[in-house]
Amino acid sequence: MTSDRPILFKNARLIDPASGREERGGLLVRDGVIEDVGPQVNAAADAEIVDCGGQVLSPGLIDMRAFIGEPGAAHRETLKSAGEAAAAGGVTTIVSMPDTNPVLDDPAIIDFVLRRARDTSIVNVRPAAALTKGLKGEEMAEIGLLQEAGAIAFTDGARSVTNAQVMRRALTYARDFDALIVHHVEDPDLVGQGVMNEGEFAARLGLPGIPREAETLMLERDIRLVRLTGGRYHAAMISCADSAEIVQAAKARGLPATCGVSINNLALNENDIGHYRTFFKLSPPLRHEEDRQAMIDALVDGIIDVIVSDHNPQDVETKRLPFAEAEDGAVGLETLLSAALRLVQAERISLPKLLRALSTRPAEILGLPGGRLRRGAPADLIVFDPETPYVLDKRQLRSLSKNTPFDEARLEGQVTVTMVAGRIVFDRRTVS
Amino acid sequence: MKDTSSTAFPHRHLLGIEGLSPLDIKALLDLADDQVEVSRQVEKKKTTLRGRTQINLFFEPSTRTQSSFEIAGKRLGADVMNMSVASSSVKKGETLIDTAATLNAMHPDLIIVRHHAAGAVHLLAQKVDCSVVNAGDGAHEHPTQALLDALTIRRNKGRIEGLTVAICGDILHSRVARSNMILLAAMGAHVRLVAPSTLLPPGIERLGFEMHTNMRDGLRDADIVMMLRLQRERMNGSFVPSVKEYFRFYGLDQEKLSYAKPDALVMHPGPMNRGVEISSDVADGAQSLIREQVEMGVAVRMAVLEALASHLPNR
Repeated sequence: MTSDRPILFKNARLIDPASGREERGGLLVRDGVIEDVGPQVNAAADAEIVDCGGQVLSPGLIDMRAFIGEPGAAHRETLKSAGEAAAAGGVTTIVSMPDTNPVLDDPAIIDFVLRRARDTSIVNVRPAAALTKGLKGEEMAEIGLLQEAGAIAFTDGARSVTNAQVMRRALTYARDFDALIVHHVEDPDLVGQGVMNEGEFAARLGLPGIPREAETLMLERDIRLVRLTGGRYHAAMISCADSAEIVQAAKARGLPATCGVSINNLALNENDIGHYRTFFKLSPPLRHEEDRQAMIDALVDGIIDVIVSDHNPQDVETKRLPFAEAEDGAVGLETLLSAALRLVQAERISLPKLLRALSTRPAEILGLPGGRLRRGAPADLIVFDPETPYVLDKRQLRSLSKNTPFDEARLEGQVTVTMVAGRIVFDRRTVS
Repeated sequence: MKDTSSTAFPHRHLLGIEGLSPLDIKALLDLADDQVEVSRQVEKKKTTLRGRTQINLFFEPSTRTQSSFEIAGKRLGADVMNMSVASSSVKKGETLIDTAATLNAMHPDLIIVRHHAAGAVHLLAQKVDCSVVNAGDGAHEHPTQALLDALTIRRNKGRIEGLTVAICGDILHSRVARSNMILLAAMGAHVRLVAPSTLLPPGIERLGFEMHTNMRDGLRDADIVMMLRLQRERMNGSFVPSVKEYFRFYGLDQEKLSYAKPDALVMHPGPMNRGVEISSDVADGAQSLIREQVEMGVAVRMAVLEALASHLPNR
């Protein structure tokens, strides 16, 4: 239980992204919650001491989008392996996607995932349930019962709901339960056979392209339905400047709409595909460098609320194929923070602002108590040095799947300690 | 008993509750009170409609409303003919107006009409010389249901004015809800609408009724809980996710009924979906008026037919 010894983090660079406050100090954890935080924190006599050595102490990351293979594809990822990868990457809460087998569209399956996560995962797992039965986009799932079972949001995962009537009714119905609808904004008809960003590079590679309009049309439709229904809506990931404009306009109108961006669309662009590298085949696709820059600008401006890992484990069977035939997706839990810190190193965004999109905003959107350094908040914390350089070796990843687009990449910033609910679940000082 | 001839009903048709004054409604309810007694005695036959022809023209299947109108007509002495769509020329492609003209040529005195399209009964009423009673048109109105509900409430609570009535369920598709909303508001009741937003017509918030999307708030301190039927094709993901979920959040069981006043009464226009919008123990429980509603149905329809008698053609 939580009758463990209190833990004092001392000599830390405290960053509370919720308030933007940054100061030297300490933080005391007792019974799974933050008991005290600030420049002067008095340790209980029996406290275990963690000397942060001047490193950053911040809330743990909350990742709103991770695909996990359990149930149904445990050879790619289990709740246990995803939890280990998350802890090593500084992610203390994972929102798992419902694209499992069976699909998370039944309260009993939500219950299974929650119990399985409790027993096997070292980080918090909050399942998102299917928005429509079987992810078919036809009939809405049992939003009320799934919410009671513990579903934190409703989404068809990697699929879009193309039927506007279905989306309208789902938004209308979900509003009564104050349920959040998260939507992958991509019109599958407009995507067609497309496998990468439409443009010069696709033309040269001889690959069919995905126009930005596949995203903007769906997003624009959704925003109009949000205006009609008043339902709480979150666009899972946007990838281009026009989408940011649409979200900005929706927010200016006061609509209950937010959006996310994949770390991949912030850190990479279509040129990284190089010579048909399938680990860079993603949905939404990596876009032009101008789009990447626009995404960073939108993040800085607060138009984009959250950064997600879009963690999507794939194995050799699904990736070692011709580019067009390979599955979409990349693992990302373990590299989310390091890749995001590139934006800080490039001086495009401040560290507190970056952490806000990785912890505070997801917590606010999901209605979770974490994402802040405040007395009484859950002790989901990370200690990290934002400047430790390393070269990523995919074989070292804790995910069962190794499809990272950052293999052999030079990264800076690694997590030293990860704490979940007052327990240290990862400690690099003891791992060599 | 009461002298009803002096306050003759001022309408030739009964097409809806809309257009009736509170006085008209009160007169019909008073008249219906008398008919209750008629139906409870051995000799149930009156002569008000002797020699008159009543046609029950039902474009939608109905058991209780059609038999209720048939019994009402017969107790008043009319010759009643049932014409259901299954055996009619409508099946052969005849338009509504042609059907009306054909029937009109047979000199009926009363036509009772149910039709799946809102407004169809009004259209038919324009094309015939006799009196027309709306027995339900689409999701528009079902005036005799609202009258029988009002009669049931008045006989049990002694009044309608000042009562809080929660109408719960599929309001979007319900003609019963629309007629009741108008009637109860006209008679001074406080009407609440309780439903998931997907089963509320967009724009209804402008009509001035108190609205709730959860039963706890919607039923709080209600005097009357009026449940509506949820049709099967609307249960599975289109308007609500499932029967299980609907019953959990919107089905009337003892727990939800306990939010209402201790002496609250439960109504349902029938036919009920037990375990969908209402639990069996509530439907059959001490607070249920559902059986009594059926009895009042005959009385109210007799009252309506009698009230229209002074306007009948073929004099």
